Amino acid sequence: MPDLLIELFSEEIPARMQARAREDLKKLVTDGLVEAGLTYATAGAFSTPRRLVLTVQGLSAESPALREERKGPKADAPAAAIEGFLRSTGLTRDQLELREDKKGAVLFAVVEKPGRRAPDIVAEVLERTIRTFPWPKSMRWGSGTLRWVRPLHSILCLLTDEGGAEVVPVTLDHLTAGNTTEGHRFMAPARIAVTSFDDYRAKLRRAFVMLDTAEREQAIWHDATTQAFALGLEVVPDAGLLAEVAGLVEWPVVLMGAIGGEFLSLPPEVLQTSMREHQKFFSVRNPATGRIERFVTVANRETADHGETILAGNAKVLSARLSDARFFWENDLRTVQTVGLEGMAAGLAHVTFHNKLGSQADRILRIESLAREIAPLVGASPDLAAEAARVAKADLQSAMVNEFPELQGTMGSYYARAAGLPESVALACKAHYQPLGPSDEVPTDPVSVAVALADKIDTLTGFWAIDEKPTGSKDPFALRRAALGVIRLLLARDVRVALIQFIATRVAAHVGSQIGNVYGSKTVAAAAALSDIGQKNFAEKLLAQIDNKEYDAFAVISDFSADIAVRDIGPNLLSFFHDRLKVHLREQGIRHDVIDACLAMPGNDDLTLLVKRAEALSAFLKTDDGTNLLQGFKRANNILTQAEAKDGVEYSFGADPKFAETKEERALFTALETAQATIAPAMAQEDFAAAMAAMAALRAPIDAFFTAVQVNAENPVLRRNRLNMLHTIRTTCAQVADLTRIEG
Amino acid sequence: MTGKPVPPRSFQEIILRLMTYWGGKGCAVLQPYDMEVGAGTFHPATTLRSLGARPWAAAYVQPSRRPTDGRYGENPNRLQHYYQYQVLIKPSPPDLQALYLGSLQAIGIDMDLHDIRFVEDDWESPTLGAWGLGWEVWCDGMEVSQFTYFQQVGGHDCKPVSGELTYGLERLAMYVLGVDHVMDMPYNDPDSPTPLKYGDVFRQTEQEYSRWNFDQADTEMLLQHFKDAEAECQRILSAPELDKAGRRIVMAHPAYDQCIKASHLFNLLDARGVISVTERQAYIGRVRALAKQCADAFVTTEAGAAA
Repeated sequence: MPDLLIELFSEEIPARMQARAREDLKKLVTDGLVEAGLTYATAGAFSTPRRLVLTVQGLSAESPALREERKGPKADAPAAAIEGFLRSTGLTRDQLELREDKKGAVLFAVVEKPGRRAPDIVAEVLERTIRTFPWPKSMRWGSGTLRWVRPLHSILCLLTDEGGAEVVPVTLDHLTAGNTTEGHRFMAPARIAVTSFDDYRAKLRRAFVMLDTAEREQAIWHDATTQAFALGLEVVPDAGLLAEVAGLVEWPVVLMGAIGGEFLSLPPEVLQTSMREHQKFFSVRNPATGRIERFVTVANRETADHGETILAGNAKVLSARLSDARFFWENDLRTVQTVGLEGMAAGLAHVTFHNKLGSQADRILRIESLAREIAPLVGASPDLAAEAARVAKADLQSAMVNEFPELQGTMGSYYARAAGLPESVALACKAHYQPLGPSDEVPTDPVSVAVALADKIDTLTGFWAIDEKPTGSKDPFALRRAALGVIRLLLARDVRVALIQFIATRVAAHVGSQIGNVYGSKTVAAAAALSDIGQKNFAEKLLAQIDNKEYDAFAVISDFSADIAVRDIGPNLLSFFHDRLKVHLREQGIRHDVIDACLAMPGNDDLTLLVKRAEALSAFLKTDDGTNLLQGFKRANNILTQAEAKDGVEYSFGADPKFAETKEERALFTALETAQATIAPAMAQEDFAAAMAAMAALRAPIDAFFTAVQVNAENPVLRRNRLNMLHTIRTTCAQVADLTRIEG
Repeated sequence: MTGKPVPPRSFQEIILRLMTYWGGKGCAVLQPYDMEVGAGTFHPATTLRSLGARPWAAAYVQPSRRPTDGRYGENPNRLQHYYQYQVLIKPSPPDLQALYLGSLQAIGIDMDLHDIRFVEDDWESPTLGAWGLGWEVWCDGMEVSQFTYFQQVGGHDCKPVSGELTYGLERLAMYVLGVDHVMDMPYNDPDSPTPLKYGDVFRQTEQEYSRWNFDQADTEMLLQHFKDAEAECQRILSAPELDKAGRRIVMAHPAYDQCIKASHLFNLLDARGVISVTERQAYIGRVRALAKQCADAFVTTEAGAAA
């Protein structure tokens, strides 16, 4: 059982591509080997900046010989059929075997495929892998046509067994596989011959290359935290940076340096961002003060002066970077102190948000009015929410955010505090962007919640109004994230709002201003505008109303905007919210049929109520009472549905107890009355669990009723009365959710 | 990479050493292009010569102008006029990385003490319709060069591929010479009879150009010049290929001069703040269209023909 070792040695592979490349190499090669009939025990992939490595252990030495038999047409079949069979097998007529079958003589093709040696298969698979490797971006170099992520310099491909190592004969353009590689670019640049994976790994280590990314990450983290700990400090964890840095070095050497005292007053986020983005430094924090005081850089080599020159150079570059950051910080503070945060925001009038949705300043005005409207719903002061909305995006005009876009919001909070604004306004500057993703926190301060909702709802209604919805994998304005954000904010704050009203009003305003502002009062122009924003149907309707004479169109525009919003765009956006909510609830383990059953109920635009229903139903269905509810309902509903389909009528007149014949039937009447007496107040209080418990209690009387009574009685009066009773059961049990949608 | 390099003493010594080094490696040492450009890549020795199949190897200094980067000579490392050192070799040799590292050694960077890293940085020039893959090269965390394998220029695939090296000379020299403010950097030998600092040569011009770039340049005139350059470029390219004597002469270079002009005029207009965000894309697109047409013309000439 030989072991396979492959190393693709190239110029520096981008750090961010290495993890994926390891997986791809492993999958492409092992899949290829297996497809060709080989088996293997284990496989592992590794990467450094200059190499992509695969080891496959316990590979079979050859693929088994295969004998394939295929049954063809009958011997006396038409010539065309036989020719087709010959074509598909690649055989000639005299190579076919003739066999007797129950139905007569049948042609058989027998193809013998001899086994192939592993080296031949490996060579073929490796060549194909290299030629088709799915790099996110690949390139050509020199005069060649080969593509790789950066120039590929050598291929090591070795099969090793007890008998020794054998180079697999792979040739690609100018490259021929061998048994050698290179060590560290500077510390051990000589070529090294290897005989196996273990030998390779050990020799590389002696040549200052740590092969395993995980090992490099551990080494970096261990050394960094140890050095920080010795000074009573801690390294700020940053898994993304750690992975990136580990992909930039073959021989990590951790060096810690001090940050100049003149920079320590900068906000820690600024220090951290500047160091991470520009220098790929880790931040080292003083746990007592929360301040960032030192940095950790990871060099790729040891030096005679123990990294002194390297550290000095890095510190100097950092100084220059932080001087810039301090310049931005002081500049911004000066702006805030002279003209305030709203003054800083003034320039946003000249920054386009979207060419159909106006400037950032227009957008802020809309968010302000919306935040004011939402504030009472979430327990915030309308004035504070409006103030927060006015300044929340001011930092987009700051020098710091211009340099570090990822600090948007964070800087706003600092600058708001510097301007002496209320703390809840300062908090909202940062928190109104949240939640930024499914795992991000939801803001809790009511002012932040109001602005966060206003921001996201303005964005969603705006882009819906101009027909820029997400399609497939394309969501350039992150609208899915915004919708999920709205959902999480509403749920976290238990906000009760009929969303459709709310969004329809905003959509109408967007559409109206789109048409009115841009195209003035001419109906024809307004129709053109509608057509421009993707609303061709409405444009045609509007034109049809004009009747060949142009007149002032503001009223028409306003009517049309409202109409579009209520009948088309609003519901469409609501169903987008529902789709996001389904995804959200499914991740929390609520089945899709449970969600559908609740969505079918009226008031489904109140997402908080909808989720309350779904959670109650989901939990209830897991109990015995849940089964009782479902079985009782289904039994009654099935018979009723069949009868209604057959008779073509709906039995919704209500049943009369005076036609009850048996005690079971009378008992069911009583039970229904009792249940309804519990259900009605429970529903009024939205105590869905209690309501459903009362419904579930109907199962026993329902079962007893069905055992004792023939629903389809010969007496039509009795039959009708009983069906009407089943209808009462149906409506009683379907008050929380449409149970017909529940599966099983 | 053995033997301790001797540290250079001045800005010009670094340039001279790079000239000697790359000249010694077989590059034609060219002179700067005599037009205002934003980067060494704009020199036709790079842009146009990276097209076509003919082998090419050139190294040169290119004065580069970035009007928006002007800081009146006050910022320690920002200038509206600075120098790039540019190397272009076609096809890219297999040992280009080693050659490049040799050049660092040549200007006094001791490979045994410093940490040199190749960090992903893909290059794209929207105005030239060009892109390539490569790295920025870091020396102890400081970006000292751009290293690019050209894949496309002017919309044409580069076959063969050129390797391009760009050194930001001031920044690199400040690092090698241990200077913190560009204006304090020795330009010539500090022991010469007339020692000159970078600031003695350029401080005043930085001030003058910063003022002109930001406040004074006549935008109406610049806009008109942009239109003129654009029109002239297209006129040159649409001229018949045969001249009055019946010779086939495609005027790719004169046309490309107009493209360079348009590009620089756009940079000036940008610095004057008269180009809005939306217009910006449109202007870049217009320059790119010129670059592409020039490239289209160049590949029909002898120097630019495919294999």
